[in-house]
Amino acid sequence: MTGSQGAPLLEVENLTTLYPVRRGLADRVARQPRLWVHAVDGVSFTLARGEMLALVGESGCGKTTTAQTILGMVAPASGTVRLNGTEIAGLPERQMRPLRRQLQMIYQDPYESLDPRFRVETAVGEPLLVHGIGGKPAERRELIVAALERAGLSPAEAFLARYPHELSGGQRQRVAIAASLVLGPDLLLADEPVSMLDVSVRAGVLTLLDRLRRDGRMGILMITHDLSTAAHFADRIAVMYLGRIVEHGPARQVVRHPQHPYTKALLSVVPARDPRVRSAPQLLTGETPNPVDVPTGCRFHPRCPVAVERCSALDPELRVVSSASHEVACLLA
Amino acid sequence: MTLPLQDPALAAEGLGVPPRRHGFLRSVLRERKAAVIGLAIIVFFILLSVIAPYISPYSATAQTCAVYAPPSSRHWLGCDDGGIDMLSELMQGGRISLVVAFAATFVAMVIGGGVGILTGYFGRWIDTSLMRVTDYLLVIPDLVFAVVIADLWGPSLFHVIIVIGILEWTSTARIIRAQVMSLKERVYVKRAQAIGSGHARIITRHILPQVGPLLMANTVLTIAIAIYLETALAFLGLEDPTVTTWGTILEHAFERTAISSGAWWAIVPDGFVIAIVIVGCFLLGQAIEDALNPRLKVAHLSVRRWRIRPLAGRGPDAI
Amino acid sequence: MSLLEVSDLHVWFDLPQGPQVHAVQGVSFALEPGDRFGLVGESGCGKTTTILATMGLLPPTASVSGEVRVDGQNILAGGEDSARGYRWKDIAMVFQGAMNALNPVKKVGWQIAEPMAFHGIAKGAAARRRAGELLEMVGIPAASAERYPHEFSGGMRQRASIAMALACQPRILLADEPTTALDVMVQAQILDLLARLSSELGLALVLVTHDLPVVAQTCGRAAVMYAGEIVECGPMETLFHQPRHPYTRLLFAATPDLYGAGEDEAVVSIGGAPPRLDEPITGCPFQPRCDVVLERCAEEHPALRLVGPGHEAACHHAERAGAS
Repeated sequence: MTGSQGAPLLEVENLTTLYPVRRGLADRVARQPRLWVHAVDGVSFTLARGEMLALVGESGCGKTTTAQTILGMVAPASGTVRLNGTEIAGLPERQMRPLRRQLQMIYQDPYESLDPRFRVETAVGEPLLVHGIGGKPAERRELIVAALERAGLSPAEAFLARYPHELSGGQRQRVAIAASLVLGPDLLLADEPVSMLDVSVRAGVLTLLDRLRRDGRMGILMITHDLSTAAHFADRIAVMYLGRIVEHGPARQVVRHPQHPYTKALLSVVPARDPRVRSAPQLLTGETPNPVDVPTGCRFHPRCPVAVERCSALDPELRVVSSASHEVACLLA
Repeated sequence: MTLPLQDPALAAEGLGVPPRRHGFLRSVLRERKAAVIGLAIIVFFILLSVIAPYISPYSATAQTCAVYAPPSSRHWLGCDDGGIDMLSELMQGGRISLVVAFAATFVAMVIGGGVGILTGYFGRWIDTSLMRVTDYLLVIPDLVFAVVIADLWGPSLFHVIIVIGILEWTSTARIIRAQVMSLKERVYVKRAQAIGSGHARIITRHILPQVGPLLMANTVLTIAIAIYLETALAFLGLEDPTVTTWGTILEHAFERTAISSGAWWAIVPDGFVIAIVIVGCFLLGQAIEDALNPRLKVAHLSVRRWRIRPLAGRGPDAI
Repeated sequence: MSLLEVSDLHVWFDLPQGPQVHAVQGVSFALEPGDRFGLVGESGCGKTTTILATMGLLPPTASVSGEVRVDGQNILAGGEDSARGYRWKDIAMVFQGAMNALNPVKKVGWQIAEPMAFHGIAKGAAARRRAGELLEMVGIPAASAERYPHEFSGGMRQRASIAMALACQPRILLADEPTTALDVMVQAQILDLLARLSSELGLALVLVTHDLPVVAQTCGRAAVMYAGEIVECGPMETLFHQPRHPYTRLLFAATPDLYGAGEDEAVVSIGGAPPRLDEPITGCPFQPRCDVVLERCAEEHPALRLVGPGHEAACHHAERAGAS
């Protein structure tokens, strides 16, 4: 069941997160103004239960920082993040801790996200101990086994005593997912969940995430640079560039009828697996500029193949273009 | 992933050696002979010190022979300036020396490990302030500091322990801090934070176990330094002269003209024993450190090359 | 006589515990100038070891059998000594994580010029000028030769690594996962560069990667590796449209695609895991995970046989269909 039922699970409004650029002594003495990296610069979106939103973009676009801000690991400079109606942006850790049961994160590197000294049972049981769930070891074990089964590791009992190095990459990632599921969260943040896995196991993990959101009615925010994966598994795609969302809409829609020049260029350079399909790759010049030096006007205009004069002066907002819920931030759309 | 990997080629193919977890010391001993020798030496002297009162041939305090009597069948290492049997003195002296060294090392490790973990994990102002203190202490010359303190407080074993402890924690703190800082960036630590684990929990469950082996290596090496320092302090007359330690033995010998009397047996065996124990500690400590640092391997610079098999020796899948 | 001919290459690694890992098990392929050849497979399949062996860049724990012929000469015949003469001069390599393999304390121009002196191509000012030309060729301003690697972005560092590989005008370029850690736009730029260099300089290019779409769009021919062997080899179009090995078929099916009918197909994963290479394998190595497995597959190892023009596959099903 997609679509909002009551209040959306996650609401992000005008989120802005800045990183200070470290100044050397010489700069401080000369009283140079402090520079800020606009990692996230006014990002807004909502996520409903049972929905998967893919946050897509290249490195430096701010997608990971957005996730870190939502998770509460970084404090935003401004904007709001509401989880199940509760404001969580900038909350002090003590108040945030009980809320962490509702949102969990899955990390990119399955080889690093588990402590090599912990057995699977300990790793998956750790969150239970932290939050004081399941008083007796037998209760906890039941929850652990249920989480492992849910993550597709069956029979769960066979995995309990194993160490991470005895497991394959795909299995490790499933253990990490189980450790996130054991608290019964409503929202899962998945940061490139399969990019470090072999191709033959990726679909399994992605299908698992897909199942979790459908049957478990969880909301999943997936960070990825892989547009093909996003197109296949996500309900909606939001394309980010230099800290802003430049296009946002239903996944199929964005991929088949992209409106923003950046999205079009990005889609054109994704290689097709069929050698006969020869797309015309639109190679943009240069690389994504440093987020310290955000261009004036539309951030994309220096590299945009169809930019006109007013693009360097006006900063476009996200506006609905075609069907409802397909928004683009472009003066020419 | 920091699996100890043998070759980049193997690594690229996903083959590697799993990380050692339990029995780290055991695996180090199994692989490196040097570690076994080192441990054997240390254990030997510890045992010797424990049973010394029961097996020393003569008293270590009462006179049992002539002043500076040379080695003989009755007194294997001769006697010192007070007519005390050297062998007995050496055996008993080891007890105090080792106790002082271990105690001082314990103090150093607790302070050093604690400071290292706190500064590495919390960073910011804790790091800045404690590191400044560490830097100041690191810079002060060991012996000068020891002399001044011993002079101010008066000579006693307890003061020696404290002085050595204060001098030695700083380098440990720096090393532990570096490792904790890198551990803190590991994904599983960040995950623990995202789950909502408190600092204490993360430090005890994730950081301390990883820091353990490094602390172990450092401890053993610090023991060696502590023995040396104890000897030095005693030699300079800053230790309680009524107590028999390896250092005071040397001090007595020097003060009471053993050299000009030609009584080498009052000096050389003692020095030899100290040196052996220090070497033992170094062997063990270095072996542990090497085991922790697989990247120190320089296999790619080796003279050995990859080998060619004759075409006749084909693999089992040959058609 | 092909430009590069690899025949029955086997590589074993000694493990400290005793047994050997048979990392590469009888790999053969041939290249002509201007060919773009893909070596595809997942982690552990032996593709990186294969091209390291082609360069003779193996650690002391490795033993090799087979031949690597450049212009007919077996460069492995004399071990490291014979391989060294060809390295960088005839065959060059762009390594995995090349951007991190640049020496951080030497200027980029110096690093490009270094192998030129060793192989007697150019020295001093001439070498520096040539380094500048190479940088221009890969799309970086020549003035950047005076910079250090940390001043370059990831994509620029990869380009610099390619320039370094081209320093001695090799005729064969081996690229090991050249775009793996790069953004998709930069990846497209680098692949475009490699394709251009291949056609302009007549370079034979071997592209090693796990990324099937990259190979599909860049290479004319490819070999799919599994458990140290080539299980299928042929023109790209044939591999996608008429795969004869189940692994090839399943690998393509496991890759999500943006285009055409691919969007509505389910993306499936392949259950199980690759076999251990430190134990001898009986029968087909893919048999435990295969969806069309026969009884024969567990006992008899399928040989790599011709199943179509320029198309080989190592599968019992393919054998029965036979060469057309």
